[in-house]
Amino acid sequence: MSMTATTPARRFSLANVLPALTGIGTLVAFFLIVELLIQTNMLSRFIVPPPSEIIASFPRVIVEEHVLQRFVQTLGECLTAGVMLIIVGVSGGVLMQRFRLLQQACETWVAALASAPLVLCYPLFLVIFGRNAWTIIMMGFVAGLPPVILKTLEGISGTRKVLVNVGRSFNLTSSQQFWKILFPAALPTIFVGIRLGLIFALINIVGVEFLINFGGLGQLINELAERYDLAGTYAAICFVVLVSVMFFMAVEKAEKWLTRAE
Amino acid sequence: MTPPAAPQSSNEILVVDDVLVRFDTPDGSVTAVDHVSFGVRPGEFLSVIGPSGCGKSTLFNVIGGLLGHTAGVVSVAGETINGPHQSIGMVFQEESTFPWRSVTDNVAFPLELIGMPKAQRIERARHFISLVGLDGFENRYPNELSGGMRQRVSLARTLASEPKILLMDEPFAALDEQTRLLLGDKVLQIQQQLKQTTLLITHNITEAVQMSDRILVMTYRPGKVKRIVDIDLPRPRTSEIVGSEAFGRYVAQIWADLREEASRGMRDEEDHMMQPAGSKS
Ligand SMILES: Nc1ncnc2c1ncn2[C@@H]1O[C@H](COP(=O)(O)OP(=O)(O)OP(=O)(O)O)[C@@H](O)[C@H]1O
Ligand SMILES: [Mg+2]
Repeated sequence: MSMTATTPARRFSLANVLPALTGIGTLVAFFLIVELLIQTNMLSRFIVPPPSEIIASFPRVIVEEHVLQRFVQTLGECLTAGVMLIIVGVSGGVLMQRFRLLQQACETWVAALASAPLVLCYPLFLVIFGRNAWTIIMMGFVAGLPPVILKTLEGISGTRKVLVNVGRSFNLTSSQQFWKILFPAALPTIFVGIRLGLIFALINIVGVEFLINFGGLGQLINELAERYDLAGTYAAICFVVLVSVMFFMAVEKAEKWLTRAE
Repeated sequence: MTPPAAPQSSNEILVVDDVLVRFDTPDGSVTAVDHVSFGVRPGEFLSVIGPSGCGKSTLFNVIGGLLGHTAGVVSVAGETINGPHQSIGMVFQEESTFPWRSVTDNVAFPLELIGMPKAQRIERARHFISLVGLDGFENRYPNELSGGMRQRVSLARTLASEPKILLMDEPFAALDEQTRLLLGDKVLQIQQQLKQTTLLITHNITEAVQMSDRILVMTYRPGKVKRIVDIDLPRPRTSEIVGSEAFGRYVAQIWADLREEASRGMRDEEDHMMQPAGSKS
């Protein structure tokens, strides 16, 4: 009798790499179409640079524009904002869940904050923090805060009643109830909030760098665009995408490690 | 008909005295448990049986200290409860495993709370996992198990805490007949060994008669005590007893009680549906 069917095969097979291949294939196809449209003059190369030129501009952007340094700077700002976001956002959500009054008082305006175009407040932040990395970090932090708070609140309040009752029937203290039941039950939802928060933070960080012409990739994009170096601009944007990809992979790892189950 | 037993003697470990539970709903107040009184002796096995929606789970939640009651008193060993009592362990009707813990860690949960060293609690947990027939699934997570298997994990988790009084709300509902019988035997064995006081909610009359010292039959809404039946069959009970004449009589008697209540329930619901539209509920 064979038992091979009990666990799904983990070995390398076409089925395992197909999603990744399809994804890459779609991108390549998209670039080829854009390239074709430009080469046949159906799309102006002064609006969109040909993908081949973008690729060709990579070495130049890396060597002459020190893109790696800027990349590290933006990444560092995102990381700092992200850590603050998680600490403040998750505790904020927890506090709001604990104290009903706080929730009733704040939930609506936190939600309103989520949809406000915070990036327009950058002059205020400039005045408070000066023209340095903290302005950028704080902008990212504030912009990413609402989803983390709201999703933490949602996750904890949404814990199934019966799980809370299991804890109560085992006579858990309120801190045990929180750490052993509410928090782990809410963790998947909290991670949804963290992901959203990081996206908001990244967008705002690059946006503010661009606006105040200071710091990492955002500033570089600004400069290149002003020089009308379109290929270089797009190459720099590729690095922004790279930052977000790295963040996502890190968050995914952390989530796997913390929740282990799914 | 046996009148609801007034709490008389002090040799009862659990006393439910004139408990009333009302829920306030948008359509007015609903009486879920209506002046229920009974007592349970130490080591006794009492089953609660009654039509769906009659208030069995509500009654258990009150005894478990999870739900406040409108009137009446519940006391454990002479002590009036107003919250979860240490000597009561509960198995819930709904799925209640922790999805973020493996089977072993789920079952070891109560042992972790009392600060048992890790190696020892894993061993204890293994014992209870094997008891509910889940050997080989120790490292799985609940989302990899079937509904019936998850219910057995919660059962093992509560058994592992070795409560003096065990409340089980349809723990075998999601199981096939054979597993239900085997597991019922095991639970009965532990109960007899540990002299655990056990309350079991079930819809299975055979199971109730086979396991219980007494059976409490509840009426369809509002949930009152319709009858408390003493099951006078010798122990230990094997499955042979199911064929005996006495056994058949008990089953028939309870079946008759229940049929009356169930058909009352059906009529009630039909009346509800016949009602002219307008009263949305
Ligand atoms: N929180 C609540 N609010 C309002 N009504 C409730 C609430 N909980 C239960 N009820 C009502 O109380 C009654 C009894 O519910 P309960 O869950 O105790 O029934 P049950 O006997 O356990 O049924 P089943 O056998 O289907 O599990 C039902 O009519 C239900 O609608
Ligand atoms: Mg129920």
